[in-house]
Amino acid sequence: MAVGAAPSSDPPFVIRDCTLIMLATGVRAYTLGELMAGVRTVSADSIYYHFWGTLLQGSFEEREYNNDLAHWVRHSLHFHPLAEQLAVLDPSDYADLEALRVDLFDLMDASLYGSERLTWVRSAEPFEFLRHQIVVFDTGHRIEGPADMAEVVPHLSESSVFYHFVDARRRQADGRDDFRVWLDGVPGDHTALCNRLAGIDPYFGHLHEVRTAIAAAFAAHAGVPAP
Amino acid sequence: MSLIEDYAAVAGEEIIERLRQLAREFEGRTVVHVNSTRTGGGVAEILAKLVPLSRELGIDARWEVIAGEGAFYECTKAMHNALQGSPVDIPPRLWQAYENTNAANADALRERLEEADFVIIHDPQPALLLRHCPNRKGKWIWRCHIDVSRPHRPVWRYMRPVVSAYDASVFSLAAFAHDLGHPAYVVPPSIDPLGAKNGELPDDELVAVRERFGLDPERRLIAQISRFDRFKDPVGVIQAYRLTRRFAPGLQLVLAGGGAADDPEGAAVLEDVRAAAGDDADIHVLELPPNDDRTVNALQRLADIVLQKSTREGFGLTVTEAMWKGRPVIGGDTGGIRLQIFDHRTGFRVSTPEGAALRLRYLFHHRELAATMGVTAREYVRNRFLITRQLREYLTLQLALLHDARERIEIG
Repeated sequence: MAVGAAPSSDPPFVIRDCTLIMLATGVRAYTLGELMAGVRTVSADSIYYHFWGTLLQGSFEEREYNNDLAHWVRHSLHFHPLAEQLAVLDPSDYADLEALRVDLFDLMDASLYGSERLTWVRSAEPFEFLRHQIVVFDTGHRIEGPADMAEVVPHLSESSVFYHFVDARRRQADGRDDFRVWLDGVPGDHTALCNRLAGIDPYFGHLHEVRTAIAAAFAAHAGVPAP
Repeated sequence: MSLIEDYAAVAGEEIIERLRQLAREFEGRTVVHVNSTRTGGGVAEILAKLVPLSRELGIDARWEVIAGEGAFYECTKAMHNALQGSPVDIPPRLWQAYENTNAANADALRERLEEADFVIIHDPQPALLLRHCPNRKGKWIWRCHIDVSRPHRPVWRYMRPVVSAYDASVFSLAAFAHDLGHPAYVVPPSIDPLGAKNGELPDDELVAVRERFGLDPERRLIAQISRFDRFKDPVGVIQAYRLTRRFAPGLQLVLAGGGAADDPEGAAVLEDVRAAAGDDADIHVLELPPNDDRTVNALQRLADIVLQKSTREGFGLTVTEAMWKGRPVIGGDTGGIRLQIFDHRTGFRVSTPEGAALRLRYLFHHRELAATMGVTAREYVRNRFLITRQLREYLTLQLALLHDARERIEIG
């Protein structure tokens, strides 16, 4: 690979990794009313956790919804319309999690107003509001250009993929992943690569699948076979 | 090979590298674990590996054990049951023994504990040590290994202020956690893949165990290896076996457990199980001696399918153990079993003996799928329930406490 000829970024892409630890908040909900009370009072990192954090936990259950709240409304309260509405919410559309919290609450409130059943239906299993703390490591690896990235991505840990592709959406001001933000500073036209990265939906697959898709995008950009 | 290389071979080099990176943050800091026994029980089993592994990573980790007399253990056994929901009242005489024992042990350990950067107190037995260490400089963490979701109130009223004084607590499941006014971490338990219960066994040892219990290698075998406890529903397992046997002639069942001899309730359950088994020569009800880990290991490996048909369960490490051995598991749809068994992926969750029988038939019919589930189950445990993950989470939460429990901590 003609890595030497590739355009270099300034600064280079810093490969980080992370580990996440889960905390109980002690807030539980058995009814939609209790779920609303929880959404209103838990810390913003709890909202974050229930949208993003579980991606790193890994599970065999198919992610039919992109957040735990929608999943619980569907499978524990058995109320599909609200589950679908909650699942449409994308945290990266919001300036901050407080704005997302308001929309979550409003959607639930509207459903509660519109359905007599939701005022009394009680789940056998509670929704446990969790939150998390994240420890971020600098791995010491630096990437100078997109061609190098095509080589490196297949070897990233899943938690590194989580940090750069999922967690980034909360850290970056415009809700993008770290790769696209970094490409802004790399000489050359990366529009097609950025569009392809933007088209990778991290919510419904496993992180190793996301890694494969990112690697394929960089490989295509570098004109090398996908890993 | 060093201990750390042994674990790298099983858990993966990447996991070990992460541990090394975390451990670097603990240079010059001491971590002291305290529990009430050096041998026997899951906590001692884990600490026996966790502490040496921490030390190999360069962490100054130590393990202290408190000692007491009969009345102390009588009290802590009653506390254990009460905190798990049994309506057990503890007389003042036993509370006094509990307090005196903690005070006496604090006298012996005070200097080491007050100087430590982290003190991790396991379960309620040594929980009062904190009160006797007023000049402690480090962070104190209460690690609760039991299900305290519905504690007997009078005992919890005593314990709650005791454990609330800690800097943080750790529970095995979110459902067990209480709001104690400090960070409440959720760290599921783990298994040691290199220990007697979960390490690889030579074929001749498996053959010997099979012969010892009169198991026919030519016929299918299912097993539930668990305490004789009504919540484990061993009689339900026999019902499931009978419903299945009509479709799987020659099927053999092993129900193995320990501890019934010194547990009146366990003995009664064992009697019920023997009555339910009747004179069926293919039902093997085995009362194993305590800590007969290699036999447990062998039986789990000999079984085609492992059951844990609990109606109520804490975490269910027996499920983890069977999954680690590449067995699909049929488990009760309850507690921590839900974190481990995923239908069609690592086994099946069931609610009735009929459900268990249905899934047994399914797995016997789909042999290749059953084998695939076993492979997936082992990988799932490798990623989530090995001791290396537990150590990583302990180190992560300790780091978080060092940084005032901030949501985001950057190191390295």
